[in-house]
Amino acid sequence: MSTLAHAPENTSGGSAPEPQPAVKPGATDRSDQAGRPGPFRRLLRSNGALVIAALAVLVLAVISTFVGVADVTPATLMRQVAGGDTAGLQESFHLLAVSRFPRTISVILAGMAMAVAGLIMQQMARNKFVEPSTVGTVESASLGLLAVTVLVPSAPLLGKMGVAAVFAVGGTALFLAVLQKIPLRNALLVPLVGIMLGNVIAAITTFFAYRFNLLQTLNTWMIGDFSGVIKGRYELLWLVAALTLIGYIAADRFTVAGMGQDVSTTLGVNYKRIMALGMTIVALISAVVVVTIGSIPFLGLVVPNIVSLMIGDNMRRSVPWVGVFGAGFVLVCDIVGRVIRYPFEIPVGTVVAVVGAAIFLAMLLRKRARS
Amino acid sequence: MTPKSAALPVPNAIQQKRKRFVVRSVSPAMVTALIGALALVCIGLYLFLGLDANAAYVLPRRANRVFTMVLVAFCVGVSTVLFQTVTSNRILTPSIMGFDSLFMLIQTVLIFVIGTVGRTQLGTYPLFMLELGLMVLFAAIMYRWLFTGSGLSLHLVLLIGIVFGTLFRGISSLLQRLLDPSEFMVLQDSMFASFTGVDLGLLRISVAIIAAATIPLIVMRRRFDVLSLGRDTAISLGINHTRTVTTVLIVCSIFVGVCTALVGPITFFGLIVANLAYALCRTFRHAWILPISVLLGIVALVGGQLILERVFAFDTALSIVIEFCGGLLFLFLLLRGSIK
Amino acid sequence: MIELSGLTKKYGETTVVDHVSAQIEPGGVVSIIGANGAGKSTALSMVARLVTMDDGSVFVDDHDVLNTPSDQLAKKLSILRQENTLTVRLTVRDLVGFGRFPHSKGRLRPEDTEHIDRALDYLNLTEFEDRYVDELSGGQRQRVFIAMVIAQDTDYVLLDEPLNNLDMKHSVEMMKLLRRMTHELGKTVILVIHDINFASCYSDRILAMKEGALVCQGTPEEIMQPDILRDIYDMDIRVEVINGHHVGMYYM
Repeated sequence: MSTLAHAPENTSGGSAPEPQPAVKPGATDRSDQAGRPGPFRRLLRSNGALVIAALAVLVLAVISTFVGVADVTPATLMRQVAGGDTAGLQESFHLLAVSRFPRTISVILAGMAMAVAGLIMQQMARNKFVEPSTVGTVESASLGLLAVTVLVPSAPLLGKMGVAAVFAVGGTALFLAVLQKIPLRNALLVPLVGIMLGNVIAAITTFFAYRFNLLQTLNTWMIGDFSGVIKGRYELLWLVAALTLIGYIAADRFTVAGMGQDVSTTLGVNYKRIMALGMTIVALISAVVVVTIGSIPFLGLVVPNIVSLMIGDNMRRSVPWVGVFGAGFVLVCDIVGRVIRYPFEIPVGTVVAVVGAAIFLAMLLRKRARS
Repeated sequence: MTPKSAALPVPNAIQQKRKRFVVRSVSPAMVTALIGALALVCIGLYLFLGLDANAAYVLPRRANRVFTMVLVAFCVGVSTVLFQTVTSNRILTPSIMGFDSLFMLIQTVLIFVIGTVGRTQLGTYPLFMLELGLMVLFAAIMYRWLFTGSGLSLHLVLLIGIVFGTLFRGISSLLQRLLDPSEFMVLQDSMFASFTGVDLGLLRISVAIIAAATIPLIVMRRRFDVLSLGRDTAISLGINHTRTVTTVLIVCSIFVGVCTALVGPITFFGLIVANLAYALCRTFRHAWILPISVLLGIVALVGGQLILERVFAFDTALSIVIEFCGGLLFLFLLLRGSIK
Repeated sequence: MIELSGLTKKYGETTVVDHVSAQIEPGGVVSIIGANGAGKSTALSMVARLVTMDDGSVFVDDHDVLNTPSDQLAKKLSILRQENTLTVRLTVRDLVGFGRFPHSKGRLRPEDTEHIDRALDYLNLTEFEDRYVDELSGGQRQRVFIAMVIAQDTDYVLLDEPLNNLDMKHSVEMMKLLRRMTHELGKTVILVIHDINFASCYSDRILAMKEGALVCQGTPEEIMQPDILRDIYDMDIRVEVINGHHVGMYYM
């Protein structure tokens, strides 16, 4: 018999180890492969990093406040103070109070809440690729909004929001029920089913909007836009701050629920109740945001995934990060939308859709490269 | 080797064989004839129903619409069935994979780059050819990369395609917002599916392009059945898989481009038509599936438009109804596939 | 003769098949064995042009696999992969008929029909010929695909784990059938196989791969030695001779 030697001489050039630079660019944290937290990861887990990130968002918020058509910037304010221009100063403050502050606040609230809603959704569906706008929640909310607009046009905003929230709960429950029907939980099948469910609901909505000549209105719900935010028309959003807080308080329970019904039961968590709570939070946040701002697609998908890569999936730790990143992400997109075609504005929903879809795609392709 | 087949009672087997033989030999031709007749009835009704003194004015307009719909049915039916054959599955369609969004993106980018002035200087038809050329180029590159790389899971491809579609639509609407309002209006018209009033010249040039693109399909018609056995088997049987798939994808992208230019995007139409065709004709032979799906497409479009237009008086709602039914069908196919 | 020289395949950083060179003489059953991830299936797929090689070459009877038109190669060599899921509903006869495609180009001539009849008969499938493939059991379906390969009438038949999903009885039947094909039809059967005892009892030659490289080749008696098997599988395998067959005892 002939035993062939393993051919180790790899002569095909270029394979000789080249001198490596001391630090590979982009490879800041290689420790996760070894399984123990490296310095970068420890830094991320500390509260200091979170504070720094929050400060960065604050800076963005200040920038956002002073972007706009009317000339109100720190420089003009200083000039007005120095020049004793009380009338001008008053006008500037009025503008800030009526338009700029509400806008910045609503951007932060909506960004934070939608990102956290995505995180909760992912725990409930036990799938990384879902969020309210890819499982039919947002579409259901706008269907509800359309229904109430057609049937009871005079309903107060809060009532409309309530109906939208009920529809959103229904849509989310429908999605989760359909998921139960999939015995083999294919990670990619789940978002596909969700997107299609959303499409079907959206088709119903579009049909009736078309019948009742409300396509224009429907568009404002489906594309998030902060340009209409002024004092007196955004305050509902404070509700989502409270909902996000509840999400944070119940974070541990959601983490447990994310491990499945069996684990939850073993650990003594009432699975059904926590699912109902999660659904309510997600639906209410989606409804409020759709009513006041419009849909902000992919936000709840992209932000939690980035945070999950950084610090893992323990919700107690990740909720604050998701909130901060969500706010920062929308702030940046909103600022971009306002300056790119100055003095016109591009709706934040459009900007987020492009950036979010691109990041989502990168995530999918990364998955492909790994497998 | 004598497996359990020997134990099988022979008369039973022969009986079963006869029954199947009868059903299979009659049905494809029958189905084709029936659906063909139905398509003719639909066209006839659409053209001549309620025709009055205004016939000289109404009839050409109706004929224009019917012709457009037949053209679209041909493009969508053929491109969807072949696309599903080369990708070996029955859920993916060019539209779901973002082909028509890509075409709209190309249209938008071109307007963005050359402006309305450039558009008028270039002329409608050269512009159309330029758009189609770019479409073929990008679709061929992108989808070849996606489909000829072996071993990519269907769900991943599907999700990537859908997200690509979303991304393309997102970029399109972003660019549209960056355009002047007047330029925006020009584009806005082409973004929603509508079968009303297609320019006659555009129709003519579309027919020419479609006819030209059909030639390579006729040349390689015998290979389609083999392709449906999957990549490995097709290669083992001597098909140059990469080249055949690339050709089919190029033709698909031309068809989708022409369709989108004519009537705008209709995402789920192909899915409905192709799957109905599979369900009805119960054969894998493309010689039957292709004509049946085209005829079904004509019935669905002309018949659907007839009902919506004359019975319910909705003019442009057909694409919404298609979207709704198609979405449900897609969900059904997805869930059934996973349960299987 | 099939001639592999320096055959190499890389996926990113990992080399799956590493400079494999071998000569496979015509005739008989040749088994490729090795642990999971040794590169057996990839090597087989490269020989059959299903996977493009990164380096090296394969010649089938002096035809370079890289340059020979695919339809010509399809008359020399056929391959059957382990997962044969069909998206289309085909009858047994339809599927076996596709084996004639390289010869008929889609239009069946009388001699093609003869080939199909013979292939169906050879595998006792004649009475199933109008059944749909997806209605058959796993063992029957495997036989239908083999019949298709026989109808293709190539000198070389490549099979990637043909015993996958078959029970003992059907595995033995499959191996006996493959042997019969080499005797009666003069084919060369090359298969990737996991069970070393099937390889030992039914092959004329065995090629053993480890970590992408061809580590040894020889007759079953030569390969079925404890020290060589330890080299290939990194485990101790006792070898007993039963009725002249070398059988590895690896169950405990």
